[in-house]
Order: sequence, then structure tokens, then C-alpha cells
Amino acid sequence: MNERYELNKNLAQMLKGGVIMDVTTPEQAVIAESAGACAVMALERIPADIRAAGGVSRMSDPKMIRGIQAAVSIPVMAKVRIGHFAEAQILQSIEIDYVDESEVLSPADDKFHIDKTKFDVPFVCGAKDLGEALRRIAEGASMIRTKGEPGTGDIVQAVRHMRMINQQIKNLQNCREDELFNAAKELQVPYELAKYVHDHGKLPVVNFAAGGVATPADAALMMQLGAEGVFVGSGIFKSGNPAKRAQAIVKAVTNFNDPKIIAELSEDLGEAMVGINEQEIELLMAERGK
Amino acid sequence: MIGVLALQGGFIEHIHALNQLGADNFEIRKKEDLTNKDITGLILPGGESTVMGKLLHETGLWQPLKYLIDNGTPVFGTCAGLILLAKKMENDANVYFDAIDISVQRNAFGRQLGSFNTNEHFADIGLVPMTFIRAPYINRAAPNVDILAHTQGHIVAAKHRNILVTAFHPELTEDLRVHEYFLKNFN
Repeated sequence: MNERYELNKNLAQMLKGGVIMDVTTPEQAVIAESAGACAVMALERIPADIRAAGGVSRMSDPKMIRGIQAAVSIPVMAKVRIGHFAEAQILQSIEIDYVDESEVLSPADDKFHIDKTKFDVPFVCGAKDLGEALRRIAEGASMIRTKGEPGTGDIVQAVRHMRMINQQIKNLQNCREDELFNAAKELQVPYELAKYVHDHGKLPVVNFAAGGVATPADAALMMQLGAEGVFVGSGIFKSGNPAKRAQAIVKAVTNFNDPKIIAELSEDLGEAMVGINEQEIELLMAERGK
Repeated sequence: MIGVLALQGGFIEHIHALNQLGADNFEIRKKEDLTNKDITGLILPGGESTVMGKLLHETGLWQPLKYLIDNGTPVFGTCAGLILLAKKMENDANVYFDAIDISVQRNAFGRQLGSFNTNEHFADIGLVPMTFIRAPYINRAAPNVDILAHTQGHIVAAKHRNILVTAFHPELTEDLRVHEYFLKNFN
């Protein structure tokens, strides 16, 4: 791949061990930055509200995104609809640091994702299994995240996706070399990427957890399952004390292996977001874009 | 052993470089990680300086690390690590270890679209591949600071006594010479 793609993978490497927080205003962005966010995701409505409001949800107003870019010094990400390359062109033109081609917004294309190799700006995409992850990487994604159900405060799906990806990576590692061609066919991914995973035992890009993270314990769980960092959406600004919860999740990601520290961090955080169980939701956003 | 600050960012990449050079190392995530260790050097990696700066204070690591740095333990900071070691920033009021008399511009080459690779001369080493990711540069260095590399007319590597800083990420390339330079010349 080209040099720009390497630089974009490199930025994701610098975000590792960090927490990327959804924010809807410059004020929230400042709270997130001072709580220790390593990047913010600028969007008009957080997923819980998108879910509650229903209707078509789209890329945010570029003016609002610029306001957030002006308010903080850390990287600013923003979402586009799956397949909506014109929205991605707009975000590139305002020098966004990372584009999230996201199932949280209404898909613009029910068949094709954006050809991300045509862009200079980096992309992160969701994946619930190894096939999806490697297809997005083939299309030019330089970072992957799980596709846990956004706006629910329910961690079950992010856990399922992370375990699924880990298990499928192990399966590929265990393949004989002559079995890889068929494994690539079954995963519906390019052979070269299947071979990379077979040889290295990991994705060729950084992999974060996303969707349903609401507590320091959720963050620690995902990190112990192999996530390299965490996205937190509704979990922070839908909770009783956003600044305190945000700080606690940041620290939990750094010391994810130390239950004593996680215990202290979990004290007196106030109300967590109420949350919805996966059986109670009508719209499974993770089913968007495969 | 070399302690690698592992609060956030690209610390694994430094650990891989040290492992390839056969340098024993350990991760620093909390105060207890420093106890009973023969610490012969420190690495402050790339990442977000705001995150690491905050966590340094909240984990209580700032004080013992500041003591080690001020008392001559060799320390190597890349990108955000350079910011943590600087005396001053032009566009940010934060000061962390205040260990090397340089003034730094954060995100000096712009946002991610301004990130780039280049090859530049590095004092005593020669031409080195350099990866800059939303990188800072050094605006001004005190006379007692040795300047080691430039790009586009800006200072991007410097040293003073026990401290080595680079605005680029040698840990993101296959070239191990800058790490080797640190291990050889600062220990």
C-alpha cells in the first residue's frame, strides 16, 4: 500500500491505549479532552439520541465539526454514512483527522462501502467478524473497531464481535498454508490479507472496541479481550457525571489488568446510562454494511 | 532495564525496538512498576501529550519520574514524549517535566493530512527515515542544547545531558539506529 496509508495506520497506533469520546458541542469536546480523551468523535446527536429520534441520520454540519476542531488540540473524527463518499469528501476538505464510515448513521448504500483507497484522510470502520474487518481493510480502512450496538449501554455485542474476531484469527493461524486459499474464499477476503493474519496472528491495523461501553469495568473487559483502545459514545454524556465517568474510563483503559484500580475507579460514579438490552431494541445497527 | 512509559500511545513499538536490540525493558503504568527495578533509562513514547500528562499526575508517576530525569537517568522522548520533556510550548500552557530548555510548537505541521515521511540527516548517524504524525517541532533551543536534525528548516531532534528528544517516530520505522544511538551514548 502507499505511504499515505502507512501514515494513517500510524496515527491509529498513536491512539492505542486511549479512549475516543463522542461529543456534540465544543463544550463537551473540552470536557472530553481535559478528562483524558485521546481523540473526539464530533457528531450532532449521540447514538442513544439517534436511536430515540429515529428517522434518517446523516453526517454532521461541517460548521459544528469545525467548532470542535477549534476547541481542542487532540485529533477530531467524524462519521459519514456507509457508502456516502461525497460526505467523506466534505470531511476530507475540512481536514478531519479520521473518518468513521459508520453504521450508526443511516446507510447511504446498501451494497457498496466507500472506496477508501481514493482518499488521503484515514478511515475507521466497524466489524463484527474477521471477514468484515478484512473487507474494510481491503477497501482502505486504516483502523477497525467492533460494531457493538451503539446507544444501548449494553456491552454484549462488542464482546461477541471481539471474541469472534479473535477466534477467527486463531483459526487462520492454525490453517496449513495450502488451506489459506479456501479460508480466504470462505471469509470473502483477499488472499493476501488472510495470509497476513495467518503469519502475524493479528489484524494489519489497530483494533478498538466500540458500542455499549458504559463503565470502567466494560472498558477493562474489552481491553482484556484484546481491544487496543476504546470508543465511548452515549456512555459518557448520557450518564450522571460525564467528566468523572470519562476520567474513570480513561484510567481503566491504562490499568485494565489491575482490578484494585478498576474497583477504586468504579466508586461513586453516579448514574450510568440507563441502557437498553439487545432483546429490547428493534433496530440492530450492526446489521448495516457487511 | 529501560522503563517504557505505557500510559497511552505507541509504547509497544518502542518495546519491539528495544527487544530487537537486546535491551531489557519493562512497562510503566503505575508507581508500583518502578519499585525494585534497576532503571538504566526511560522512554516516553508518542501518543497524546494531554492524555499522558494528565495520567502522569493522577497515577502519581510524575514525581518519581521527574526525580529520575533530574538526577541523570537517560531519557528518550519521541513526539508526545518530546512535549513532555520540553520547558515550554508556544501554543499550549501545559508544562510537564520541564527537563530540556526548548520551546515547542504542538501539531506544528497541521492535522493528519499534514503527516509525512522523509529522510533527513541525523547527527552522528547519517540519513535516517523519519515519520511525523501530527508532529511538533522545536521553535527555539537554548545554547546549551545540541541540535541533531532538521526538516523543512525546523529543528526536529535535540539532546542535552541525559535527554534525547525527537519530533519524529523512529519506533514506527524498521531503522533501529536512533534507539541504538540512545542506548550507546546516553548510558
